[in-house]
Amino acid sequence: MVENRPYLTFASHVIVIICLAMIMLPIWIAFVASTHPMEALLTQPIPMWPGDQFFENYSTVLGAGIQAAGGVPVGTMMFNSLVMALSITIGKIAISLIAAYAVVYFSFPFRMTCFWIIFITLMLPVEVRILPTFKVAADLGLLNTYAGLSLPLIASATATFLFRQFFLTVPEELTEAARIDGAGPLKFFKDILLPLSRTNIAALFVILFIYGWNQYLWPLLVTTEESFYTVVMGIQRMVNVSESRPVWHLVMATTMLAMLPPVIVVVTMQKLFVKGLVETEK
Amino acid sequence: MIKRVVFRHRWLPFALVGPQLLITFVFFIWPASQALYQSFLVEDAFGLASEFVWLDNFIELFADEHYLASFRTTIVFSVSVAGLSMSLALLLAVMADRVIRGAMAYKTLLIWPYAVAPAVAGVLWFFMFNPTVGINAFVLHQLGYDWNHYLDGGDALILVIIAASWNQISYNFLFFLAGLQAIPRSLIEAAAIDGATPFKRFWTIVFPLLSPTTFFLLVVNSVFAFFNTFGIIHATTEGGPFQATTILVYKVYNDGFIGLDLGGSAAQSVILMIIVIGLTVVQFRYIERKVEY
Repeated sequence: MVENRPYLTFASHVIVIICLAMIMLPIWIAFVASTHPMEALLTQPIPMWPGDQFFENYSTVLGAGIQAAGGVPVGTMMFNSLVMALSITIGKIAISLIAAYAVVYFSFPFRMTCFWIIFITLMLPVEVRILPTFKVAADLGLLNTYAGLSLPLIASATATFLFRQFFLTVPEELTEAARIDGAGPLKFFKDILLPLSRTNIAALFVILFIYGWNQYLWPLLVTTEESFYTVVMGIQRMVNVSESRPVWHLVMATTMLAMLPPVIVVVTMQKLFVKGLVETEK
Repeated sequence: MIKRVVFRHRWLPFALVGPQLLITFVFFIWPASQALYQSFLVEDAFGLASEFVWLDNFIELFADEHYLASFRTTIVFSVSVAGLSMSLALLLAVMADRVIRGAMAYKTLLIWPYAVAPAVAGVLWFFMFNPTVGINAFVLHQLGYDWNHYLDGGDALILVIIAASWNQISYNFLFFLAGLQAIPRSLIEAAAIDGATPFKRFWTIVFPLLSPTTFFLLVVNSVFAFFNTFGIIHATTEGGPFQATTILVYKVYNDGFIGLDLGGSAAQSVILMIIVIGLTVVQFRYIERKVEY
């Protein structure tokens, strides 16, 4: 720092810690609620310290689900979420990589047209074209399938754009050297470009995994069979149960489980996450 | 735009862009053009016949009191979310930038709300403010305020604003922190030697230099509040009570899937698309400026 102002530094710490406490509070409350029986939550004020029902609540939720909300085990929903998140992530990275490779390293007719068509999709989130997209998915027989959950979300301009920017910074000498040594386009891609893109792929993986896991509207539309529910959209059915009170202790256990995987990914891969976040916004 | 050294191949480049183009066409361009086309049509109640009505759907929308109310709600919602979450994030970033000890730990503790899905964030706050079991509602009750987001539209709107801002705070924090760290120390040191207090230094040097970051975040937060908050609304208030939290994205879904008003919903989609394109253009123009500097 520029100068030593102990009081101000102390005040900074205090402010940050107070704000942090406020930001952490919802998670703490949710965790506490998920470790109590339902009766404990019905007396005001609700407990602020964890109870002894941790294993009971979580095993009920994971194995049997909540009866009032259709009784789909959260374990199944989490598996569906995982499949959806991984297919979206891997699919997006794979098709963007090859598309960017074609646009940067080949000269072919309509090259720029292709690039612009892909680029336009940047501007259209699912939310603004839900009805017609749903109709397409229905016509293709994609409702209640894993393909239906992930395919429509796989195309994204962000990843293509990112890889294109990166490929443009790869020195030309590498391509020349590879060509002199007789490497064809596929060999060059596999042996030189892919290894160079490793960090970019990893950073993108973190961001896209969170994006895929947290999808809400699209799974809500394409899944009508309970065995295909994802956990993030499944919670909504537990909260908005008609004619009965939500079983809050189980709902909160589900909430904790629903946010666990992406939070773990972000915290353990913090550096890659920040890199991915900054680069996808360029 | 292209390498000096390029490969030539008859079909390989097409095979490489093929998958991306196919998905783009089937799931993006075709549906978007369908939305555009449908916005000019009116279907009868059974979906058997449709009639081309030019801009009637749009004219009807802007004469519809509910739609205009939804527009106002969306604007109040976005401005509040952007304002609340950006000012808190800026405060936190400035404080975290000041301290030396613990800065890394603070950063780690602050980034994870980004990973929480908007719908989950909504449910967390929904629980905290729940009139019967929520801790916040209890505290407010002790203070003499009867919180009830099931009945009071204002309470419901505040609830979703808080949840959305909470969700977005770590994103804003990370970008503000990066922006603060990019400001040359020499400028701040020079001001300190001239006797400027930390407070004055912030308002006359740091804040103006942060303006590109602030502007960028303003756009990103508006996009977030306009489009990505569907989950928060749908999982908690469901647009209610009395449509107090029906933002535009929720109305598109509600009119299209629940109300089955295809033409009206498509017209709303088109308006939203225009808004997204507008925001994206603003963002790109700003990025071009940044490159020039």
